[in-house]
Amino acid sequence: MTWGLVFEQLLNGLQYGVMLFLMAAGLTLVLGIMNMVNLAHGSLYMVGAYLAVALTGWTGNYFAGVALALLGTLLVGMAIEVVTLRTLYNRDHLDQVLATFGLILFFNELVSMIWGRGAQYASLPGWLQGHIDLFTGSRYPVYRVAILVVGLLVAILLWYVVTRTRLGMLVRAGASNRTMVGALGVNIKLLYTVVFGVGAALAGLAGLMAGPIYAVQPGMGELILIQVFVVIVIGGIGSVRGALVGAIVVGVVDTLGRAFLKPLLASVISPPAAEAAGPALASMLIYLLMALVLAVKPAGLFANR
Amino acid sequence: MKPRLLLWMVAVAVLVALPPLAIALGQTYYIDLVRRVLILSLAAISLNLILGYGGLVSFGHAAYLGIGAYSVGIMAFYGVASGWLQWPLAIGASALVALAIGAVSIRTSGIYFIMITLAFTQMLYYLGISLAEFGGDDGMRLKARSQFSGLIDLSDPVAFYYLALALMLLAVFITYKIVNSRFGMVLRAAKSNDARTRAVGFSPYPYRLAAFVIAGAMCGLAGALYANHTNYITPGLMSWQQSGDLMFMVILGGMASTAGPVLGTFALILIEELLKGWTEYWQVVLGPLLVLSVIFFKRGLAGMFYKPDA
Amino acid sequence: MLEVRALTKQFGALRASDGIDFDVAEGETHAVIGPNGAGKTTFISQLAGNLRPDSGRVRFAGADITALPAPRRARLGLARSFQITSVYPDFSVLHNVALAIQAHSGHSFRFWRDARSDPALIEPARKVLDNLGLGGRSDVLAVNLSHGEQRQLEVAIALATAPRLLLLDEPMAGMGIEESQRMIALLASLKRRHTIILVEHDMDAVFRLADRISVLVYGRVIATDTPERIRANEEVRRAYLGTEA
Repeated sequence: MTWGLVFEQLLNGLQYGVMLFLMAAGLTLVLGIMNMVNLAHGSLYMVGAYLAVALTGWTGNYFAGVALALLGTLLVGMAIEVVTLRTLYNRDHLDQVLATFGLILFFNELVSMIWGRGAQYASLPGWLQGHIDLFTGSRYPVYRVAILVVGLLVAILLWYVVTRTRLGMLVRAGASNRTMVGALGVNIKLLYTVVFGVGAALAGLAGLMAGPIYAVQPGMGELILIQVFVVIVIGGIGSVRGALVGAIVVGVVDTLGRAFLKPLLASVISPPAAEAAGPALASMLIYLLMALVLAVKPAGLFANR
Repeated sequence: MKPRLLLWMVAVAVLVALPPLAIALGQTYYIDLVRRVLILSLAAISLNLILGYGGLVSFGHAAYLGIGAYSVGIMAFYGVASGWLQWPLAIGASALVALAIGAVSIRTSGIYFIMITLAFTQMLYYLGISLAEFGGDDGMRLKARSQFSGLIDLSDPVAFYYLALALMLLAVFITYKIVNSRFGMVLRAAKSNDARTRAVGFSPYPYRLAAFVIAGAMCGLAGALYANHTNYITPGLMSWQQSGDLMFMVILGGMASTAGPVLGTFALILIEELLKGWTEYWQVVLGPLLVLSVIFFKRGLAGMFYKPDA
Repeated sequence: MLEVRALTKQFGALRASDGIDFDVAEGETHAVIGPNGAGKTTFISQLAGNLRPDSGRVRFAGADITALPAPRRARLGLARSFQITSVYPDFSVLHNVALAIQAHSGHSFRFWRDARSDPALIEPARKVLDNLGLGGRSDVLAVNLSHGEQRQLEVAIALATAPRLLLLDEPMAGMGIEESQRMIALLASLKRRHTIILVEHDMDAVFRLADRISVLVYGRVIATDTPERIRANEEVRRAYLGTEA
């Protein structure tokens, strides 16, 4: 276990955290402003990934594929909002959970029907395939660095919009007091649609970036979605800042835990025991972290209300 | 005699008559199918206690199905096949985990509660996958069915069926008593109007936690039964899909009613069986059906038969 | 019976409660009046335990209850009725009250006996309802009551807890003239047997029922006195009564 290895895993953790952030930012705003539980957010992630694979293959051009995939995800998101979610805004959370659960089943199966149940191979253009040399002497994939950069740009962009523009002000106000914003004469419906659209696009972006690293297969959305929930619980509903902090923390803790908990344990207890307990404990880490945060701050670290 | 009681008696009579009828008609598959429905009804009844009557949207209830099943499976793996030991462990372990998860989760409410219960169950799911000794992702075969010192032989499908039926009816009865007792009244009041309940002198937390533990324990028993039914135990039993299925069984039947979860389980499983026979991609039909049922069919099946309990 | 010292509650830049001192003697009916936005409901919420003050003390029957949550205060004998009706809409009128009775008759971790027909709960509940004139409506679901009947039910639930102190937040909100008169008569009958803090806008009720009146304006008590002297108080007239009374 060298420092080079630790640094590499740290970078991996940050990269995973960035993906979690892209998902969490949209979801936390939808939760905070529209008070709406949307489980189908994971499906948008999956749609982004699948569309990127299909459209890159079809157009033969990486950028075209990515752009079209983003657009496609946005359209699918809009469709979901209009057809299903609109009827659920005023319903209680139970109804929202159940209805969006139905959507998940639908999308997972639809994707299976079109592409089969196995994993799809997402290819990368040549210029993203290489490695760069880290100062520690090890080599790190260019693509992962690209994800970090993109994520950082999005975070900065979101920060700018949320804190410096009028739209952002409405978003922040809506996240802490929805009825007030409506009473001020703001077009709530439009605000909802914009917020939801941005969230969908971000989820699609996360999905298409995830494709080449993680498996593109039915059900991929739900695996990350539940971790996104952990991020939001830790960060606080409605807070984009909370989503960023939570995402980085969860990403790093999870990645480092999976990589180093077993060897760490093996140095303390017997190797066979560590062999069994290590992976088990590593998989539980972020949930235990969530429980710890809740014990101290029941509404999350940056709760708005 | 009250009409509701009469309906129940008719339903029980039909369920009791099913095995001999199925055997006579050469359709023994139905004994298996209905037995599966009965076992899952037990799980749905337990969820109805906290969801229907308590208003706790627990999206992680399948965890206890898994804990119950794995308790039986792991004990059998190590040579302990006695049901007298396995099943109490299944119930006890589920109750303990429910206590731990509930103690943390019930302090929260609304969206947080939903996400947290889901997250904890997912944690258990990942734990199940990581335990390579017990099959990990693939799960494990049940080494031997639970033995009850010759009292009942679970490898006899009919005997097992009647046991499942008896336990389900027992659960219905126990739940009925609980929700109409003083304890149940506080639980239902807290769901109906939390602020008013506090103003009157009740702190909802201990009541909700107790209900959560009872529900977990009951679901653990369902898990033990399920392991014996399928002879195979996988972490998928604890998946969020399974939790969602359980919730639909409660909703479709009509929440906060005694017959609701049973009706809902029958309905969901029968719809699934029908769709499965029709197409391999049955979930692509089921999904929208479920969405529509939520949007349009709020009261559930039980709501068609009688007015809600007051 | 109730002693409040330097109660302060701030929401951002808004001082909803600004160093309030307040006393209620046993058996007294003490009304709290003031313009909208004066912080009356915030005040009541802090007394009932629904809001935590930023600073200050609340003492009830000699004991410091400032840190106690609402359910504990209720069990000590502090009953509250809400300004916006807060009953159990899907329970019958009888069960609404029976639950309040249940809160004060031993522990409720009983899982077996049917509480819906328990005479120990039902009989006292019927008595309370009869006293309030709601006896004939016991089996109606609370959601199906008229607005006035619901306000009566609010009071009935508060009474059913056998309280030592009643916190009534605008019991006559939204009532017509006839219903208001009935409610005033009801509250008058409660006067000697209960200690009451009454928040109200209906000046007729206030001046007929109150032993003392405190006037709350912008979170501060500007006057506490008998009804006649309050009526004559210049500052009060300027701030609130104006052309009334």
